[in-house]
Amino acid sequence: MKILVPVKQVAVLDEDFELRDDGLDADPDFIDHESNEWDDYSYETALQIMEAHSGVEVVPMTVGPEEAEESLRRCLAKGGERAVRVWDDALAGAGPATIAKLIAAVARREGADMVFAGTLSADHSFAMTGICVAAELAWPHVAVVTHLEYEPGAAKATVQRELEGGLVEKLTVDCPAVLTIQLGINQPRYASLRGVKQAKEKPVDELTPADLGVSGEDLAASACFRLRRMFKPAKGQAELIEGTAAEQAARLATIIKELKGAA
Amino acid sequence: MNGILVIAEHRRGALNPATLEAVAAAVDLKQARAQPVAVAVIARNPDDFLAEVNVAGVDEIIRVAVPTDGFQSDVYEAAVAALAAARQPAVILLAHTVDTWGYAAAVAVRGGFGCATDVYAMRYEGDALVATRAAYKEKLGMELDFPGRQTVLLTLRGNVFKPIEEPGNAAVSSLEAPAVAARTTHLGYIEPEQAGDVDISQAEYMLSIGRGVGDEDNVEQFKELADALGFTLGCSRPIADNGWLPKSRQVGQSGKTVVNCKIYIAIGISGSVQHMAGMKHVPNIIAINKDAEASIFSIARYGVVGDMFEIAKELRNHC
Ligand SMILES: Cc1cc2nc3c(=O)[nH]c(=O)nc-3n(C[C@H](O)[C@H](O)[C@H](O)COP(=O)(O)OP(=O)(O)OC[C@H]3O[C@@H](n4cnc5c(N)ncnc54)[C@H](O)[C@@H]3O)c2cc1C
Ligand SMILES: Nc1ncnc2c1ncn2[C@@H]1O[C@H](COP(=O)(O)O)[C@@H](O)[C@H]1O
Repeated sequence: MKILVPVKQVAVLDEDFELRDDGLDADPDFIDHESNEWDDYSYETALQIMEAHSGVEVVPMTVGPEEAEESLRRCLAKGGERAVRVWDDALAGAGPATIAKLIAAVARREGADMVFAGTLSADHSFAMTGICVAAELAWPHVAVVTHLEYEPGAAKATVQRELEGGLVEKLTVDCPAVLTIQLGINQPRYASLRGVKQAKEKPVDELTPADLGVSGEDLAASACFRLRRMFKPAKGQAELIEGTAAEQAARLATIIKELKGAA
Repeated sequence: MNGILVIAEHRRGALNPATLEAVAAAVDLKQARAQPVAVAVIARNPDDFLAEVNVAGVDEIIRVAVPTDGFQSDVYEAAVAALAAARQPAVILLAHTVDTWGYAAAVAVRGGFGCATDVYAMRYEGDALVATRAAYKEKLGMELDFPGRQTVLLTLRGNVFKPIEEPGNAAVSSLEAPAVAARTTHLGYIEPEQAGDVDISQAEYMLSIGRGVGDEDNVEQFKELADALGFTLGCSRPIADNGWLPKSRQVGQSGKTVVNCKIYIAIGISGSVQHMAGMKHVPNIIAINKDAEASIFSIARYGVVGDMFEIAKELRNHC
């Protein structure tokens, strides 16, 4: 029984950043990378199932360039024996439907029984990829999962889906399924130093789209949008309170008093 | 391909008001480029919602009767696919909500539609529909188009498009929903945790802390500051997820909306869309954050760029 966990290395912009000359993204000089917060929770969900049952394999995977291997090693440091990384330079800037096509291809190749994606990516926040994977595989799916009861091999899982305002829906889903995992479903563990060291030795299979039987035309055809440009949005009109911390606090105290008086 | 199709959303017998925002966006697009607007109601009893979605500018309301009361992804996917096949719309608009997160992308992939989520502006450039959404935690915007796509499905950010109040006179029609073997089964709802000691949705003055607080031990000093100022303490989601404050104190999409709030002080909160969903309407927002680019400043009336611990310490001297 195998759980595939697609993880994304997300981009974080520096406080001062510039756009690239072509206007299609931020200048890479101002971008740092980190693991997507949601994927800590989906990976933890998979690890807990692996630890509670025998015969469960957890495979983290990513679609990303060489730097993205770091996110896979971070997972492997917590558990799991191998990972998969898919890349080709033609994938730079690929959108969620294209990424999902490749994740689905890996799920097929691995014979995955479940796919746990994150609900959202912290950089582009599409909230699409996991559900696109389900569509590619024609699997049932549930988004924004905050609780999971699943016995490996069972025909159904019982899940809770978090709705607006803190309301929760309880439902069953037929398996295999794609779940998108929400923050707070568990307390993700930290990797041990020993784990980090061991992870360096664990294999990461490197595949191209072609290895997965996905052609350049398939990739182009799967793009669900075209990016025309990125831009810095107009700034809000916040009045900035300047000065030392003491000066700022004094001014704030006055503002709060005035607003309270007027309210 | 012609026309705009809006899919209504409802839960437990109530129409989601975001549906009327999507309808308003559709009517805007109709004005930009003449094309009919249809609203589809997928429900056990679609008639329950007809009057509410019949606002000025809607040309047709399509009733789609289905055997389930609430949202069910397979049922909705099949119904929207059938609607798209029958009406061949150029644009399908939905609210960006937990329900649509659960099926809209699948409809788009299977139908070969163009797709973008969390869209906050749309326009036509010639024949091309251009959609705008945010990237990098609102620090940048991205403009998208959909070359070669006959149909484009967009989910729309909440509280952006202003609902139309004027009643309409849409024609009402029906569409047979295809029978599907649903692969999820609704078991029930679990109500949110009842307001613990205090109901923040009623508070007039809120001071909320976010991940910038860093450590559970640091929470207490902000509780004291809130008390000293006469403010109610709230928080962003990570603080509640960590158990540092009860969930009933969480402001935002999956927490509470602070409907009565007049002054909201956000401390160490970046201003995610989901947090802002619960507080961006507050007339007086004061943001304290060390990152001058944090998106919370874009909705704040007053901003303090600085270290929240230093500011909080100094602020105590004034109350
Ligand atoms: C379906 C869904 C529902 C959600 N519902 C909610 C919800 O209801 N409410 C909610 O809040 N979130 C919700 N979220 C989570 C949301 O996406 C964000 O993850 C969350 O709001 C981030 O909280 P934050 O701003 O406290 O943390 P961060 O985004 O990590 O921001 C922390 C901020 O603190 C600042 N900071 C750090 N140290 C200091 C310092 N010393 N002095 C000053 N500033 C400092 C940083 O610059 C940063 O801007 C939801 C997410 C999803 C997917
Ligand atoms: N490049 C990628 N490689 C692997 N998984 C990804 C990638 N991009 C997105 N995902 C998955 O999709 C989730 C986020 O979806 P989205 O908000 O649609 O970008 C992440 O939590 C991952 O599980």
